[in-house]
Amino acid sequence: MPAVKETVETVRKIDVDQYKYGFVTDIESELAPKGLDEDTVRFISAKKNEPAWLLEWRLEAFRRWQTMQEPTWARVRYPEIDFQDLHYYAAPKKTPGPKSLDEVDPELLKTYEKLGIPLREREILAGVEGAKVAVDAVFDSVSVVTTFKEELAKAGVIFCAISEAVHTHPELVKQYLGTVVPTTDNFYATLNSAVFSDGSFVYIPPGVKCPMELSTYFRINEQKTGQFERTLIIADKGSYVSYLEGCTAPKRDEAQLHAAVVELVALDDAEIKYSTVQNWYPGDKDGKGGIYNFVTKRGDCRGQRSKISWTQVETGSAITWKYPSCILRGEGSSGEFYSIAISNGYQQVDSGTKMIHLGKNTTSKILAKGIAAGRSDNTYRGQVTAHRKATGARNFTNCDSLLIGDLCGAHTIPYIESKNSSAVFEHEATTSKIAEDQLFYCMQRGLDEEEAVALIVNGFVKEVLQQLPMEFAVEAQKLIAVSLEGSVG
Amino acid sequence: MANPVVIMRNPAETAFIERFAAEKASLPGAAQARAEAFARFEARGLPSKRIESYHYTDVRNLMRSVAPAAKDAVAGETLKLEGFARHGFSNGRWQGGDSSAGVTVQPLADAYREGLTPGLGMGQASDVVVDLNTAFARDGVVIRIAAGRHAKLHLAFSENVGAAASILPRVIVEVGEGASLMLVATHEGTDGIAYQVNEVVELRLGRQAKVEHIRLNLSGDKAMVLSSVAATLGEEAELQTMQVSLGGEVCRHQVFVTYQGENAKAAIRGATMLKGNQHHDSTLVVDHAVPHGESRELFRTVVDGSAHGVFQGKIIVRPHAQKTDGQMASNALLLSDDAGMSNKPELEIFADDVVCAHGATCGSLDENQLFYLQARGLPRRIAEALLVEAFLGEVIDTVSEESLREMLAGLVSDWMQARAIS
Repeated sequence: MPAVKETVETVRKIDVDQYKYGFVTDIESELAPKGLDEDTVRFISAKKNEPAWLLEWRLEAFRRWQTMQEPTWARVRYPEIDFQDLHYYAAPKKTPGPKSLDEVDPELLKTYEKLGIPLREREILAGVEGAKVAVDAVFDSVSVVTTFKEELAKAGVIFCAISEAVHTHPELVKQYLGTVVPTTDNFYATLNSAVFSDGSFVYIPPGVKCPMELSTYFRINEQKTGQFERTLIIADKGSYVSYLEGCTAPKRDEAQLHAAVVELVALDDAEIKYSTVQNWYPGDKDGKGGIYNFVTKRGDCRGQRSKISWTQVETGSAITWKYPSCILRGEGSSGEFYSIAISNGYQQVDSGTKMIHLGKNTTSKILAKGIAAGRSDNTYRGQVTAHRKATGARNFTNCDSLLIGDLCGAHTIPYIESKNSSAVFEHEATTSKIAEDQLFYCMQRGLDEEEAVALIVNGFVKEVLQQLPMEFAVEAQKLIAVSLEGSVG
Repeated sequence: MANPVVIMRNPAETAFIERFAAEKASLPGAAQARAEAFARFEARGLPSKRIESYHYTDVRNLMRSVAPAAKDAVAGETLKLEGFARHGFSNGRWQGGDSSAGVTVQPLADAYREGLTPGLGMGQASDVVVDLNTAFARDGVVIRIAAGRHAKLHLAFSENVGAAASILPRVIVEVGEGASLMLVATHEGTDGIAYQVNEVVELRLGRQAKVEHIRLNLSGDKAMVLSSVAATLGEEAELQTMQVSLGGEVCRHQVFVTYQGENAKAAIRGATMLKGNQHHDSTLVVDHAVPHGESRELFRTVVDGSAHGVFQGKIIVRPHAQKTDGQMASNALLLSDDAGMSNKPELEIFADDVVCAHGATCGSLDENQLFYLQARGLPRRIAEALLVEAFLGEVIDTVSEESLREMLAGLVSDWMQARAIS
């Protein structure tokens, strides 16, 4: 039967092209023994040479976690996770901690080179002239290198691995860690609090505009490991920082767990712009393998007129469960959420945001675009609430979904709760297919179907892409093209 | 490590279980449907806020006891509607009514004994509140409209109780091919008594049948009212269903619409006025199970005092229900600082060639509009009333019968006037 053979070939072609970051770095790692108990927590803490208070903090979270149940409300299905069958710590042997670039294992440098992440400070991101980006590279459970540290230090900016910050700036870590996402927050956040291994720490002093983009690149390499990173960003009064996050993982047959926690704190007049390009391994065409991405991201606009803006491009992961949120506590503070979530194959996305209006005259804006193709399910779940004291709160939400093919699903579940009469909330959402006339129009002008779809989709998501820092927008455009391959024709 | 499951029953759940055991033998007909519905209730208990669709209305917490079944009472004075065949109901029990051509009305108990089954084709039949009605309902009627006939019926429910009581009527309406029906159900009740209503109206629309259904909630101010409308639509059927709600202390109005035939249309609307400590929840599940369906939902809620309004709408488009056209809007006005509103307009879509949109807004009266009217000499309270009447008017104006429209608009302006005095 020729048709079948042809299909098989086509599919095989897509298989190879679809995920280009699926290679494995051959590097010797030190692993924590499989399983999770108090000793695992102690092991990780000891590896990081942590102070006693942090170990106690972890253990408390772990004890709490043992009493919690996995949440089931999200629109995702997956086989039960055996939390005892995972390594909770994996580190490349030759690079036990973030050191200078010369000490980093060349094998690791090669990996990041292959991923297009510039770790040498003279290098710049492909395609963009003159842009300087400081990178914290996290490989499995450890941060391997942080670039431009000296230059940032001149401006007073602290940018380092969180495991390092615990030692160099314990007062800041102690003051802010767990104040936005408490250890008791939810199942995965509590687990993360118990076993988090590394992540980035950023502190921008008062009145400082961070001189360059900061970025963390997460890479999972080892088999059967869970990655639990923790990021803490503090923007002191009147400061500004733009932070980018990228992530990839090798192709493997078993699903892997990634449960991160990100905490942002913005004090008076500070602004944090947090952008994510999430490109974890999405699993193969039969839905085998891939990363389970259970992430808790939350920003606290603690100060007056502070601003937190989340931008995310989600194309990877077998399962995405994340709701970057803003607590709008300070008077006149504002939150923004821009998201494009693209699902293909058997991917399941349940993502959205929470805007919690607590303070007076707080504003928020949500712009979410979901594209579902293949056999995927793409859910937007968002919550906007105004509490009694949130006089003059204002929200605008727009979420659109696009379906490609008739085997996928797109869902929208917004929760809009107002307890203050002067709060004004607007929500609108639509779901549609790429219009035949738009496709026809493009194809009549000489574009083939795939190009025409890409053009229309790019138009559809443009509003979100405009929010991304320039160098990431270029990358994101490429990602969208990758993700749509195989959906058309 | 799994803990043994201990089911904690609240007193109301225990009372339902005891009541079912006691009444089981005397309940008329539909034994299997009753037993199945009750088994589902027993397994799940009353829905609490941990159940997604009851997130904002925690029935388990709100319902701590079950009142005894209401006794037959003399129907009080109820609203009269010109030009409608009138059927009176006293505490859910049918008291007889005007006969009209092409319409047969039969007591529910008789129809059940003849083998009619409740809940056929109901998309979300497993709703616990509906299940409780299915299990316990003795009272109500089955109305059949013959093919091609036209009827206008007024079901006048009088909830006239001297002490806490429960009323569980069920009305099943079968509308034949090409028939049309205007069905107005008014519910008026005694103030100051905490009685409980769990009412289900099933609307079964045949091919090309048309139904305009209006429910007017004027239940007593301490009543807990759980009302459900479950409709199934045949090919090219057209349904309009609306609730105008002023009464009750805790109310939940649920509408389940299931499309069974292609090219059917449904419009689901609501106009809700809340004050004091009232809580009102409008929950819809619109299930597009076949292609070419159209649905329009418009809900307007005005919340005063420390009342709380809820809107939960869900449009489901099944994998093969292509060319579905769904539009859902919920708008709320909060008139006081303590008022609250929760909106959850959901879309659940599995077909790629559909147009679905939902919108939700929540805010207070527009100061500019108020200023405009005040600048023209209207006192603020009247200006407010005018804007509220216009806001709810968009729902009420869709009623086809003029006299009814005027009556409903009158209720809105009375409500606003009472607000101005208090």
